[in-house]
Amino acid sequence: MSERRPRVGVVTFPGSLDDRDALRAIAFMGGEGVPLWHAEHDLKGVDAVLLPGGFSYGDYLRTGAIARFAAIMGEVRDFAEAGAPVVGVCNGFQILCEAGLLPGALIRNRTLRFICRSVDVRIETSLSPLTEGLVPGEVLRIPVKHGEGQFVASRGDLEQIEGEGLVAFRYCAPDGTVDDEFNVNGSANSIAGVRNARGNVVGLMPHPEHAVDPDVGPTGGQPLLASLLSRALMRV
Amino acid sequence: MKHRFEILVQLKPGLLDPQGKAVLGALPAMGWTNVSDVRVGKHVALTVDAESEEAARAQVEEMATRLLSNPLIESYRILAAKQVGG
Repeated sequence: MSERRPRVGVVTFPGSLDDRDALRAIAFMGGEGVPLWHAEHDLKGVDAVLLPGGFSYGDYLRTGAIARFAAIMGEVRDFAEAGAPVVGVCNGFQILCEAGLLPGALIRNRTLRFICRSVDVRIETSLSPLTEGLVPGEVLRIPVKHGEGQFVASRGDLEQIEGEGLVAFRYCAPDGTVDDEFNVNGSANSIAGVRNARGNVVGLMPHPEHAVDPDVGPTGGQPLLASLLSRALMRV
Repeated sequence: MKHRFEILVQLKPGLLDPQGKAVLGALPAMGWTNVSDVRVGKHVALTVDAESEEAARAQVEEMATRLLSNPLIESYRILAAKQVGG
């Protein structure tokens, strides 16, 4: 075991909100959070990259549409294509979809309302940087806070996503039942997060970084970030 | 030569448009009960300085595909193009 703590880079875009929470959560879980800046072509030698939540570029045009062209995104793409772990949370998920690093897209919630509450999500795969070592079927309680989290894809893309097992998380009941009643934002097939085919890039709307400290709420984010740190550690 | 373009971006027909649905939901309360199938899109107007309208149009098509729309979920249409002064 290396003495070095895994270093997870967190990119700050103009309008990012959860970058500091993500850095704190990574440290809380025993890693080293490394602040990265959108305008620099530099990942500072990190072992994993996390794109945080927020409203980069004011969500203008489409969520994530402008941020995907930020200077650092070239390096993030190369990093992902080299097989390194990349995670997108909320707006970070939207950015990864816009960049084509993850399938599908995110549009306005079915209810048109901004949703801010804790939800239950079911793990669907252990082949992602957030779910390694977790058992599909396991349910975690994690907060969501978004206005545009409805996952959509064309019929053909959706079949491919399901067929290849690229769904990483689904909204569900506390006992793991997937039903439209628990589908907070109207996502196709209750999809809360997806991974890429290679299994090194994953995105989700719920916020694991807001769910690590028992003093302030549910701790469903702990196993996810622990998985990310152990995946990052393999690269140390 | 400068060319002015107007581009319409809309969610693809198969996708439910939550904004269109909300607008549709508000109309009956205002007395209009005979409306259906509301879709809300985006209108983008921009000016391109290029050698010819053909070159400008080709550039607009590329910009519309790469940035103005997300081809996974949206389609776009060039509504108008005209040469402008300058």
